Amino acid sequence: MTAAQQSGGTPIAATPGTGSGAFEPGTGTPIMLSARGLKKSFGAVVAADAVDIEVPVGQRVSLIGSNGAGKTTFVNMVTGYLKPDAGSIALDGRQIDGLGPRRIARLGVARSFQIPQLALEMSALDNMLVAAACNDGELSFWRPARSPARRERAMALLERFQLAEHAQRRAAELPGGVRKLLDIAMALTGQPKLLLLDEPTSGVSVDEKFPMMDTIVAALASENVTVLFVEHDMEIVTRYADRVIAFYSGRVIADDPPQAVLEDAQVRRYVTGSLRPPGGAAC
Amino acid sequence: MADRSPRAASVTATALAGLGLLLALLALGFAMPGWLLLLSTMAISHGVVSLGIVLLMRSGVVSFGQGMVFAAGGYAAALAANHLGISDALVLILGGGLASALLAAPFAPLLARYRGIFFAMLTLALSMVLYGILVKSAALGGSDGFNVGRPTIFGAEIAAENANFTLYALAVVIVGVLATLSRIYGDSVRGLVSMAIRENELRVEYLGASVTSAIAVNFVFAAFLGGVGGALTLLALGHIDPAFSYWTASGEFVFVAILAGHHSMLAVFVASFAVEVVRSFSNLYFPNTWQLAMGVFLLVVIRFLPRGLGSLWTDRRTRAGARA
Repeated sequence: MTAAQQSGGTPIAATPGTGSGAFEPGTGTPIMLSARGLKKSFGAVVAADAVDIEVPVGQRVSLIGSNGAGKTTFVNMVTGYLKPDAGSIALDGRQIDGLGPRRIARLGVARSFQIPQLALEMSALDNMLVAAACNDGELSFWRPARSPARRERAMALLERFQLAEHAQRRAAELPGGVRKLLDIAMALTGQPKLLLLDEPTSGVSVDEKFPMMDTIVAALASENVTVLFVEHDMEIVTRYADRVIAFYSGRVIADDPPQAVLEDAQVRRYVTGSLRPPGGAAC
Repeated sequence: MADRSPRAASVTATALAGLGLLLALLALGFAMPGWLLLLSTMAISHGVVSLGIVLLMRSGVVSFGQGMVFAAGGYAAALAANHLGISDALVLILGGGLASALLAAPFAPLLARYRGIFFAMLTLALSMVLYGILVKSAALGGSDGFNVGRPTIFGAEIAAENANFTLYALAVVIVGVLATLSRIYGDSVRGLVSMAIRENELRVEYLGASVTSAIAVNFVFAAFLGGVGGALTLLALGHIDPAFSYWTASGEFVFVAILAGHHSMLAVFVASFAVEVVRSFSNLYFPNTWQLAMGVFLLVVIRFLPRGLGSLWTDRRTRAGARA
């Protein structure tokens, strides 16, 4: 069973622009993720302050901002790792704020990590099979994890990420860029509705980052998945995002197509530029 | 589809090898002297308890308190024999396993929330609580324990001269079946996820599987194996006492599990047999320092086979697979 086929969470009322049956004004595209009035503080540090974000189905959105701006806090609230102090989050019309990471994963939210989270002593193929097994829902006591059908599916996904040659190698032996791709491939095994990528090219050399993003985008092309990716590299953002959301001090300061955001005065000042007021960091 | 036949061939080869080993062990039993039959039965019945620990180790936790389920299985079988009049060995053994699983089930969700030394010490604490209860309970024989008579098999009496072989054969067959089931479980979807929990439980949780539930289920399954081991030991010795639940008993099961490593089911029984042999002979030839011999034995294995005895053949198989 794919995540998209599973149900759970509490349906929320359909209102213009949010929730079940909601569509993006102008384009009529259904809304996949809707965050309303999200607030999160850690003591005196405000990591999210009235964050309102809506992401239509199929869009590729980049989250940018300096360290501590609130990007990762937002991702952690969407994936259930953090519970918002106030506000609501809806996925495809179902309220998910307050649910745990496991429940949210089953509703169709998958993520990759800045530092790839793999079973290092297992082969790349076994890592994929673990991901497939977890996405099954029921953990069978007797059905073989390495059945031909499962292996075939896992290998097909590895091939899409150009990882087939590494299938039998231990994850611990793989180079950093390959681990990143494997981490993302694992996240895709359950055919998620929403995929969150945390700095997919961090730690990857300048020469490798574009080919790697090309591979990721090509692999995602056949999936009807909405993507949010946290990124610091503005070249990557410009080239691969449909839309950019800029965070500063827990707030959204710009939300538009890449060129418009990167030319925004506040973004130039607080995110890409060098003029920053003292004490503005959060998260 | 292309790899269906190699996979099927591999499963068939493993099944045939297992069946062959089972028949060889039964045939070997005819040639064994009585003392070796008893020693082998003890090795098998202790090995199945350590097999439970190995299953837990595969999901990243180690129980230092398997003495609890070992004793629970033994006492349940002993009470069923003496007070309910059940004499069938198979019923007593499976009943012992079931009783231990039932005892462990309420604790499993709590224990599954802990890792490392906390999990180990909590399981040890539970086994010592049971030890305390057993020692103080006059109805259960107190610190002396009590005896049970010789069991029957499918209603047939076991003659005194055949008792050692019959119990050995029963242990080989029952534990052979359980080891096969454990192997199937290890290769199953749940088994693979358990292995991943040991490596990276954060990722498993983010992929949508419940880590605590997987560990809790493994704990109950390990308890069942522990209970079977306890009941088998009871039938082999004809006696039970609270020492079954003492921390030294739990320590020996962990000793065997470490010696075997967590990569091979067969290694657990090889390790258990090796420990029984080393213990018996060291006890015979230097009775006051046999623990020293056991310690040196473990140190040597850890030094030269850090992944356990099982790595002697599993590493070779892995290398061959990688080359292919």
